[in-house]
Amino acid sequence: MSDMHDIHQADLAPGDEEQVSVKLRVLGYLIGLGLALLLTATSFFIAGTDLVWQPSIPVAIIVLAIAQMGVHLVFFLHITTGADNTNNVMALAFGLLIVFLVIGGSLWIMANLNHNMMPMDQLMQIQR
Amino acid sequence: MTATTIAHEIPGLAEATHEGPAPKRIVTGYGFWIFLLSDMVMFSCFFAAYAVLLGQTAGGPSGADLFNLRNVAIETICLLLSSFACGMASIAAEVRNHFWFQVSMAVTCVLGLAFLTIEFREFADLVARGAGPSRSAFLSAFFTLVGCHGLHVSGGTLWLLTMMAQVFAKGFRADILRRLLCFALFWHALDIIWVAVFSVVYLLGSAV
Amino acid sequence: MFGKLTWAAIPFDQPIPLAAGAVVLVVILAVLVWVVVAGHLPYIWREWITSVDHKRIGVMYTLLACVMLLRGFSDAIMMRAQQAVAFQSNGFLPPEHYNQIFSAHGTIMIFFVAMPFVIGLMNLVVPLQLGVRDVAFPTLNSVGFWLTATGALLVNVSLVVGEFARTGWLPYPPLSELNYSPGVGVDYYLWSLEISGVGTLVAGINLVTTVLKIRTKGMTYMRMPMFCWTTLASNLLIIAAFPILTATLAMLILDRYLGFHFFTNEAGGNVMMFMNLIWAWGHPEVYILVLPAFGIFSEVVSTFSGKPLFGYRSMVLATMAICVISFMVWLHHFFTMGAGPNVNAIFGIASMIIAVPTGVKIYNWLFTMFAGRIRFTTPMMWSIGFMVTFILGGLTGVLVAVPPADFLLHNSLFLVAHFHNVIIGGVLFGAFAGYTYWFPKAFGFRLHEGWGEAAFWLWLIGFYVAFMPLYTVGFLGMTRRMQHYDVAAWKPWLDIASIGAGLILAGIICQIVQLVVSIRNRAALRDLTGDPWDGRSLEWATASPPPVFNFAFMPDVTGEDAYWAMKRRVRQEGAKEPDYKPIEMPRNSPTGFVCAFFATSVGFALIWHIWWIAILGLIGAYATFVVFAWRDHDEYEIPADEVARLDRANLAARRELLTAAGSL
Repeated sequence: MSDMHDIHQADLAPGDEEQVSVKLRVLGYLIGLGLALLLTATSFFIAGTDLVWQPSIPVAIIVLAIAQMGVHLVFFLHITTGADNTNNVMALAFGLLIVFLVIGGSLWIMANLNHNMMPMDQLMQIQR
Repeated sequence: MTATTIAHEIPGLAEATHEGPAPKRIVTGYGFWIFLLSDMVMFSCFFAAYAVLLGQTAGGPSGADLFNLRNVAIETICLLLSSFACGMASIAAEVRNHFWFQVSMAVTCVLGLAFLTIEFREFADLVARGAGPSRSAFLSAFFTLVGCHGLHVSGGTLWLLTMMAQVFAKGFRADILRRLLCFALFWHALDIIWVAVFSVVYLLGSAV
Repeated sequence: MFGKLTWAAIPFDQPIPLAAGAVVLVVILAVLVWVVVAGHLPYIWREWITSVDHKRIGVMYTLLACVMLLRGFSDAIMMRAQQAVAFQSNGFLPPEHYNQIFSAHGTIMIFFVAMPFVIGLMNLVVPLQLGVRDVAFPTLNSVGFWLTATGALLVNVSLVVGEFARTGWLPYPPLSELNYSPGVGVDYYLWSLEISGVGTLVAGINLVTTVLKIRTKGMTYMRMPMFCWTTLASNLLIIAAFPILTATLAMLILDRYLGFHFFTNEAGGNVMMFMNLIWAWGHPEVYILVLPAFGIFSEVVSTFSGKPLFGYRSMVLATMAICVISFMVWLHHFFTMGAGPNVNAIFGIASMIIAVPTGVKIYNWLFTMFAGRIRFTTPMMWSIGFMVTFILGGLTGVLVAVPPADFLLHNSLFLVAHFHNVIIGGVLFGAFAGYTYWFPKAFGFRLHEGWGEAAFWLWLIGFYVAFMPLYTVGFLGMTRRMQHYDVAAWKPWLDIASIGAGLILAGIICQIVQLVVSIRNRAALRDLTGDPWDGRSLEWATASPPPVFNFAFMPDVTGEDAYWAMKRRVRQEGAKEPDYKPIEMPRNSPTGFVCAFFATSVGFALIWHIWWIAILGLIGAYATFVVFAWRDHDEYEIPADEVARLDRANLAARRELLTAAGSL
């Protein structure tokens, strides 16, 4: 069956990349690996070091994590902004929206709820 | 007329013509991609629970007391290299090279098992120290989030071995190639989740 | 050896569940014996149980829903009866029994009636409307159905083996935690929903991929029938929301089984987090249910008004807007839990905003009807009944979306009336409209109109008589889920509500009679051409029931209302016989059924702590997948002359009708 070669047309399956030589493909993965290793090392370094302004550490780690996820998406999963990837990117965007709503919404809601609620152990003492 | 004009303006609706059903590889890949997104949403619930329960150590140990960043670094390297090896396996499948496919998959498997071994020992060690999941809400959330990822890696390893067997028995048939596409998506996605785990749970947790 | 399972699990001392269980068992055995003895088993195995055909699976989903409607409604009758008699008395249902009944009622109605009903209709219709041969993943479709059936089975088994949850249809901790619910009831609930949740997710993935990737030539997004758009939106919500349910129930399972502390009172657990997460699923869930119903109404209203749907583009925008906003309102289910005025205000406003796109849809349906030639068939009656009823329910929803009002009305019968108003008026009326509308497509003969109309009027009047008093009694201060009460002012209203339940019961009986009468008279009610309603979309271009491959030649679509355009073209130019080619279709597979068998074993074993059966079941499930993956032939070919034979028969029947109409 030749559906592998139908990649030339409108859409690419997520995870498939454009038809290029083996060498170029391996190079793509190597670049991705290199970047990811660099970002990982930086993250670990920042977490342990005193050289950086301390309050910025959480933000820096999160930014580095997002960057590394981007490296994975582009170099390993071949999710690009090309026209043949539109459906895949739209689906990813929808998923990210939901993730943001669930995590962000939950954190905001729970922070407010916890703020207004008596700590649990005190509450249990009243029950007794 | 107006329908197609609107279709050009809205991204994603940008197909003025439609050639018919998409080829099987795209259909299968897209379906699995959507499944992965649903899995991402599930993980985000565990992340949310972890973030909410972060401080609830019930007088017991916190992340800073428990996390061994050296082990986490080794786990991270293992998983990252296994993603690379999986990529090599994808390329080998693309050019139908049996030898390099099986070698790459075997390397992926070994690295995945190394990750699982380190993680399992970390969990066993925590339990032995009285810092098991039933100690506090924080530990429950930690074990669930990291453990869920570990379960996915375990399932993925089982899938990996099954794919090696399938290719060995039946060669690079079109349906097996579609499954390999899905497996590669799965394995890379697990590494993406791990990036979030080691950053948010271990690195940020140790800094606290 | 058998974990917690002993003979004491069977309720020999409780007459009502024992009798009910005995009756059901006898009926099931009788049906099974009849099937086997009459020699129908090979047919049922080959054509239904192992079928991967979306039409068959859709019918099975719908059948599951209808059967479970009877169980859920029996629970409702018992609840109404109890509340009618339990004024200053204990009634006939002790509290521990009554609590299980309202929990089972809600769980069954949402998960095993409403969900399978809409998923079944979507499965049956969407590939036909898109002009294609099947959904994206046919075998996975079968797996999804059978896992849903597993969940339904487990919930029903709890009636006779053990008990069901007493926590309500959402198991709020700490009541649902081990120390307050030590029995197996909550475990039945949890495993049943975890398993059927996988089935639902699978259906979601299937339908989204189908709508986005598998449409016939020329069918761009803006030429899809409206039902396909609402299917897309609803299933996107399934993919986004059901993982939240899976995760949250998993956390509760971990608390109960392994002593974790997500939602416990001790060791730092946070009870409120359960409510937050479960409603982050729960709110999208109700839109998952109602969006397909909206799609059905779009189809029915345009067909029976003889006009294209008014405002197609605004409908699409409204549908996708509802899809996104439905993920931004979930806190309105727990305004009273104490998040504070800022949080409450934002979610309250969002909850009011989401009413706007729904209003857009209603106006579009009304404008579709305006200046149309309306035929008041049963599906159209359900649609008109929906419009009035759902608006009412939506208005009361906007009322409780105002946080200060909700502080008085939360968990009162006002709330109960509101959500039954929108679910019955919206989802159930839509399901019944779709059932009546697409029944001839699925089975080849129409349902009897007279009994259908009788059923509609009894349902409509019965609904108002049953639920309007509940609004009143909610304003008078009655809380939900009360096993008995002492306030005299409430009793007359609850009595009226019981009469309403009786009317609905009469409506259901009419629907059963309708089915029996229609089957008996199917020759007279036969749909000969495949287009009994003079339809507008592509499903009516096929025979009734369609051949397994749906279309001999996948149509080339040039505009909206594809079939309407086809009919006009044929009337003008005549039909050209297509060049028949052989067609490849997916093979049937027992994978779904076998998988569900292992899932049932695993679920039952985990509930009763029979660990060795659970492990064996998981191994069996994995083995099933491997066996499926190892098969070499996943398709079979239908030869071109068989395709030609089937298609020509339908074309001949249609030509007869056209000439007969032309000669008038």
